[in-house]
Amino acid sequence: MTQVRVLAGTRKGAFVLTSDGTRRKWSVSGPHMAGWEIYHLKGSPANPDRVYASQNTGWFGQLTQRSDDGGLTWQPAGNDFTYAGGDPGTHLWYDGTPRPWEFKRIWHLEPSLTDPDTVYAGAEDAALFRSTDGASTWTELTGLRQHSTGPQWQPGAGGLCVHTIILQEPRMYVAISAAGTFRSDDNGETWQPVNRGLVSAGIPDTDAEVGHCVHHVEAHPSRPDTLFMQKHWDVMRSDDGGLSWTEVSGNLPTDFGFPIGVHAHEPETVYVVPITSDELHYPPDGRLRVYRSRSGGHEWEPLTNGLPQQDCYVNVYRDAMAVDTLDECGIYFGTTGGQVYVSPDSGDTWEPIVRDLPAVLSVEVQVLP
Amino acid sequence: MLPGHLRSLAGVSGEVRLDVAGPLTLGVLVDALEAGFPALRGTLRDRVTGRRRAFVRFYACERDLSNEPPDAPLPEPVAAAIAAGREPLLVIGAMAGG
Repeated sequence: MTQVRVLAGTRKGAFVLTSDGTRRKWSVSGPHMAGWEIYHLKGSPANPDRVYASQNTGWFGQLTQRSDDGGLTWQPAGNDFTYAGGDPGTHLWYDGTPRPWEFKRIWHLEPSLTDPDTVYAGAEDAALFRSTDGASTWTELTGLRQHSTGPQWQPGAGGLCVHTIILQEPRMYVAISAAGTFRSDDNGETWQPVNRGLVSAGIPDTDAEVGHCVHHVEAHPSRPDTLFMQKHWDVMRSDDGGLSWTEVSGNLPTDFGFPIGVHAHEPETVYVVPITSDELHYPPDGRLRVYRSRSGGHEWEPLTNGLPQQDCYVNVYRDAMAVDTLDECGIYFGTTGGQVYVSPDSGDTWEPIVRDLPAVLSVEVQVLP
Repeated sequence: MLPGHLRSLAGVSGEVRLDVAGPLTLGVLVDALEAGFPALRGTLRDRVTGRRRAFVRFYACERDLSNEPPDAPLPEPVAAAIAAGREPLLVIGAMAGG
């Protein structure tokens, strides 16, 4: 019988939410790694019971954990994220002065599509690491951090972080706040910035290679050259593998936001959660609305059925939206207020799976046979 | 004695007993702790610099040892009390944050 497993990372631990294919009745397991910030946890496409977690606190630093039973039990894995090559050099600090690269945390873990023991990790300060032994040891893929533009990269408000990793082996994309989007065509060895067409206030040079505060990027597996991006402001799309971008914000009430999602079976159906502004990280008018476009952008419709439409002032972080692959595609997102919502009908109706978790940092979903 | 988060991580309860040789230093004690419990590597001191994490403190015999140089022998009679097992070395997560 089909089972759906939602992996939620929160400020105070990891939670595993399970249901059958109807996605109406849920069981909750957790908190796992109680008390720790779990920035992200994600299962291997090649072995869904292999799940990786990024675990962190300001007291004790960065850890990773590995589960082989779908997140019910965990074993500590490797946490040596030493930048390769000795002196890591500098990037730019907020005030424009050079600042030495310093590892702080792992924002995102992306397991290989084919090998359960291979997993990529996106770091703050911006770097990409890979493990081929189930997260026991990590090696930096230096081509990203040592890109010729690296000394110009500046942090976004949340830090200089690799928060998005898209695997299309051998092609890869990463997104960095606030350097922009980068593409590799050789499994991460070499990289090129792919930000042409992005326009950001504060970057007067519209041809600037780097410097854009990309919040999240998604691609549909059937259309690897089509990318959808939620930028700091602006919702964007590219149809040429990131070489050029066009704005598709259209009639959104605000085009500021963090996550973006693509329907599992309709590659032109896209979801965003508009947030009031970069100063006001909550939904406009206190109404939590997911917006759906069935035309790849430009035209958006609000989805409100089951979502709070008054006095709601939560945020939805960049890694806190996911879609499942059931015939009737399920959409999921988590909030800073501790709710995880599910729509089992592509966004038409919503229900909370849980209401009172710690602030949700990430949401991933797996469909199990 | 480890703080609760690190006891969970190491899979222990109560005090941890370590076998060490030679003069007691913070470095020797943390080395022995990490050797016995590899999951704790990087949690008390930075992986790259080796420096104590800012919110980790060390106490024994009602003395704050946090700023003792890692390679310096611990002062007497603290070292003797720890070595004899009469007093624990307390690893404390500083009170900070929410």
